[in-house]
Amino acid sequence: MFTGFFFTLKRFGVPVSINEWMTLQEALKAGLTDASLSVFYRLARAILVKNESYYDRYDRAFAEYFKGIESDDILVDEILKGLEEVDPLTLTEAEKRLLQALPLEEVLENFRKQWEEGHFKGHVGGDRAIGTGGRSTQGAFGYNPAGIRIGQGYGRHGSAIQIAEKREFRNYSSDMILDTRILRVALSKLRTLLPEGPFDELDIDNTIDKTCRNAGDLELVWKRSRKNKIKVLLVMDVGGSMEPYHWAVSKLFSAAKSQIKDLKHYYFHNCVYQDLWTDIERSSSVPTSEVMSQYDKDYKVIYVGDASMAPSELLDVNGCIEYFYRNEEAGIWWLHKLMARFPASVWLNPMRRRIFETSLSGRMISKIFPMFELTLDGLDEAIRALLKPKRPRITTEEIQSFINRRNRPYQIMY
Amino acid sequence: MKKQFKGTESYIASDALSEVVNAATALGRPLLVKGEPGTGKTLLAHAVAKDLGKRLLVWNVKSTTKARDGLYIYDTVQRLHDSRFSDHDVSDIKNYIRMGKLGEAFTADEQVVLLIDEIDKADLEFPNDLLNELDEMSFHIHETDETISARHRPIVIITSNNEKELPDAFLRRCLFHFIAFPDEQMMERIVKVHHPDIENKLLAEIIKKFYWVRSLDSLRKKPSTSEIIDWVSALVSGGVDPRRIKKEVPFLGVLIKKEQDIDIVLAQANPY
Repeated sequence: MFTGFFFTLKRFGVPVSINEWMTLQEALKAGLTDASLSVFYRLARAILVKNESYYDRYDRAFAEYFKGIESDDILVDEILKGLEEVDPLTLTEAEKRLLQALPLEEVLENFRKQWEEGHFKGHVGGDRAIGTGGRSTQGAFGYNPAGIRIGQGYGRHGSAIQIAEKREFRNYSSDMILDTRILRVALSKLRTLLPEGPFDELDIDNTIDKTCRNAGDLELVWKRSRKNKIKVLLVMDVGGSMEPYHWAVSKLFSAAKSQIKDLKHYYFHNCVYQDLWTDIERSSSVPTSEVMSQYDKDYKVIYVGDASMAPSELLDVNGCIEYFYRNEEAGIWWLHKLMARFPASVWLNPMRRRIFETSLSGRMISKIFPMFELTLDGLDEAIRALLKPKRPRITTEEIQSFINRRNRPYQIMY
Repeated sequence: MKKQFKGTESYIASDALSEVVNAATALGRPLLVKGEPGTGKTLLAHAVAKDLGKRLLVWNVKSTTKARDGLYIYDTVQRLHDSRFSDHDVSDIKNYIRMGKLGEAFTADEQVVLLIDEIDKADLEFPNDLLNELDEMSFHIHETDETISARHRPIVIITSNNEKELPDAFLRRCLFHFIAFPDEQMMERIVKVHHPDIENKLLAEIIKKFYWVRSLDSLRKKPSTSEIIDWVSALVSGGVDPRRIKKEVPFLGVLIKKEQDIDIVLAQANPY
């Protein structure tokens, strides 16, 4: 039943498996849906979707599939014209119960039949045809829990499709820019547990080993318990073009602060040069070289920035956007040095990939650092990249060639 | 028809939640429950057990818990210890096999509710190690060469705080429900369960203020259901006037547990 729905879900990127689909069929056969579309909506979600971040996609797929009857046909417009908003129908409890008993399949069948027969023009009240304010199973503003609602952005009694249309779980969707709770969950994947502290945990394996060596005389061996030892440097772009993303970055920061004990943070503007700012107003700073010698290479470094700047800011000596700030070395060399010092580094970009990949500076920086979107999916990938850092991605020759190309006379124009 | 779960007097379950519980029971599948802290994930199992009149077994998972601990424990250290003195019979391994929570649930005389609490606390492989046991509802004891199969398929409720991703193979076998944070109407009902005599006006102000505090984005830890219930107790026993709640946040310490968060709320707390 509803095999099309399976493929609709797949198309919307909800990972459903055959196993789960069979479980749903089992549930339908057992009559667990009570023949109601709302119950079906919730039950199918419980069986097919295993992560709240897919709830939103499920909602969209559900809305599309079960509204399919409507969008298939050009008659919809005609139906909508035929429907007029009327006072809602009031039913007694007994009548409501009667209506509830209608099975879903029958409802859909009835709908098709009515449709084909054209029972939909200017229909108000009544029990059977497509219309408004009635008890039939299709139309709008009527009362039937298993009904098909057509048109109208809202309804009076809340059908399943309508709930799906509301997209309440949008916030949990993983391609959305993040909120703190979800960020925290994502960052918790960074945890690495290492032994630390007093020897207060019984080491069973060694105890058995020692005891056996003692010919059965018990000897207890203790070990240290494991603690989270992750160390992170968060380096954030502030001001200028990052202003619109301030919200997303501060969320990431507050989530990181609560999740990672050893978190150090610095700021920069557009590109990193010989100094890193220690405060968001950029009033006090430390030399970048000091940061590089102060922290060992086990630190994982997360850069957050839109990586969009004029090529001069990245490639030129004294190219920094701030007029009074002089840099003897081009920004790209600083980025390269940082990458060499901290092999586990990623760059999170609050813009969408298709946008940052079109800017020249974005492309160059993403050659140095693996660059990801600041979304849940992006963060997941970034964390995977942090845990398994690859060899340097770009050679000094390549960087030199960027600079050389820039300095060719015909490019002086900009 | 078997008795259906509908929630209890002290536990209000949404329609979606009770349907899922009943479906999981009917299909004999474990139910995985996720949600913000304080939305009643753990309490759900208690409520199901109470409502259906079944015994509840709780298996609290910790970071060191191994899947095998839930099945059975072969207490080798005790056996070794006993062997040094001759007052125990150490020849029969059975004396040293102890059932874990899952084993207990399988061998019970009637259907029980088994709560596997905070499964994400354990090792990443933990859920995978339980796949077969939860599928077949049986396991094998190597030491005594016995197979324990469930006499009555237990109702298994698993909670997760989302600290770790659970393996797909495990998820495929579960039903999943995400308990969303209750909306204002639901919260009103929940508070009324605990404080049936509360004045409507007071309650309305409390709820309004509570959701306002929750809406502050920068909070490290947002107050949850259990905090609002404590807060209501404090406000009721303190005889606080609804008008005062409108103006300030009395007994803020009950609602907010972190010092930095208190500063944030105080800085933002202005009359509407």
